[in-house]
Amino acid sequence: MIELRHVGKTYTTPTGPLPVLIDCSTSVARGEVVVVCGPSGSGKSTLIKCINGLEPFQQGEILVDGISVGDPATNLPRLRARIGMVFQHFELFPHLSVTANLMLAQQQVLGRSAEAARERALALLQRVDLYAHRDKHPAQLSGGQQQRVAIARALCMDPIAMLFDEPTSALDPEMIGEVLDVMVQLAHDGMTMICVTHEMGFARKVAQRVVFMDGGRIVEDAASEQFFGQPASARAQQFLSRILR
Amino acid sequence: MNGLFSLGSLGNIDFSFFNWLLVRDFLLQGLLFSLALTAIASIGGLLLGTLLAIARLSQRRWLSALSAGYVNGMRSIPLVMVILWFFLLIPLIIGQPIGANGSAVITFTAFEAAYFAEIMRAGIQSVSPGQRAAALALGLTPTQSLRRVELPQAIRNMLPVLLTQTIILFQDTSLVYAIGAYDLLKGFDTAGKNFNRPVEAFLLAALLYFVISFSLSSCVRRLHARCSQSGSQSLSLTHGTSP
Repeated sequence: MIELRHVGKTYTTPTGPLPVLIDCSTSVARGEVVVVCGPSGSGKSTLIKCINGLEPFQQGEILVDGISVGDPATNLPRLRARIGMVFQHFELFPHLSVTANLMLAQQQVLGRSAEAARERALALLQRVDLYAHRDKHPAQLSGGQQQRVAIARALCMDPIAMLFDEPTSALDPEMIGEVLDVMVQLAHDGMTMICVTHEMGFARKVAQRVVFMDGGRIVEDAASEQFFGQPASARAQQFLSRILR
Repeated sequence: MNGLFSLGSLGNIDFSFFNWLLVRDFLLQGLLFSLALTAIASIGGLLLGTLLAIARLSQRRWLSALSAGYVNGMRSIPLVMVILWFFLLIPLIIGQPIGANGSAVITFTAFEAAYFAEIMRAGIQSVSPGQRAAALALGLTPTQSLRRVELPQAIRNMLPVLLTQTIILFQDTSLVYAIGAYDLLKGFDTAGKNFNRPVEAFLLAALLYFVISFSLSSCVRRLHARCSQSGSQSLSLTHGTSP
């Protein structure tokens, strides 16, 4: 469903070109859950932002459901509407109520009526157990609640796949569980997911595959039992021993 | 009363000419024009200024440069000169006279747009880039993101500054005396000449401008305080609802 072929990205800086992604190739099948991990600065976030075209890339090709993301002729807004994305800092719209956050893109992008959008929004708020908070504004919610609203907001668009960019990194430890529970549930429901995360417990529990990145390259791309059991590369071994301790 | 103002020409101060008839005959029309000019120029200036701000922040370099040129140009010329120039130029451009009032409305809208543009530019930049990323990720176009996500937050963040600029605009409307438009100050001026009490008339004019501007800026201060208070309130709620 999602295919990356030799993706490369380079920033031009005053001191010369700075490669951030080098020859990254992998693919994610329908219903598959893939965790992307690696040390900070390894290009994980940049890689998943390339998948929905939030970050441009210069080399290679990314196909989502057969549509090329990098092709200038591609209708990016239409493609993005089909891929849900959850951000590290939630990025709920602070001037809108929780329900309005969930309704905005349904009406603006999918052209749903206010009633249809509200109905879908409230159903998803129920699913993430935040129906009672539907009329509040984001600032009145805890971080964990905000992230669950953000997941619901993405799900309102009936996406074919979900991208998670460090969804629990900005949360207090006691709130990580409630967000991961929603993600685990989503994985069990068969959603195609790519998650950049350091939550190795989550990776072990639901990921079929783990992609390990370092220095802008995909160093290891393995089934999750294999990755956690016997990582092939020395860098991954080192990373795992440090993060699992 | 006389003893209080016994020094020099101040001894002749006399406000007895000031009554309701004078307000009706000389001031009301001017006051309405000043308020209308303020309202039209602030709304028009905000709309035009927002477009200028968007152009300024555009990736297209020529568009950004055009907007920057307009904004910096307007902000570098004294308002009185702009008022005079527009008064002389607009009839030449459109080929017919439009009168002092129409000219004033166009001039103030065009002039204030430059100031509102800078405020809105700061406002748009005050919205975190993540908001745009989230809007785009949901499938909104860049234009929809601006309109539905970034601009509402920009205006809310900048509301106190926008209102303060509007108060300054109200005071600046008095400069239309340069082209002979009949505004509030002109009303006082005319009344003062009619009753041969120019000093008293201008004193009253200053008092009225002060009362209007000061009470408006008090409102802005209160609004500002309420905004930051509700901000801290929602902050404390965040902690309160933490499980």
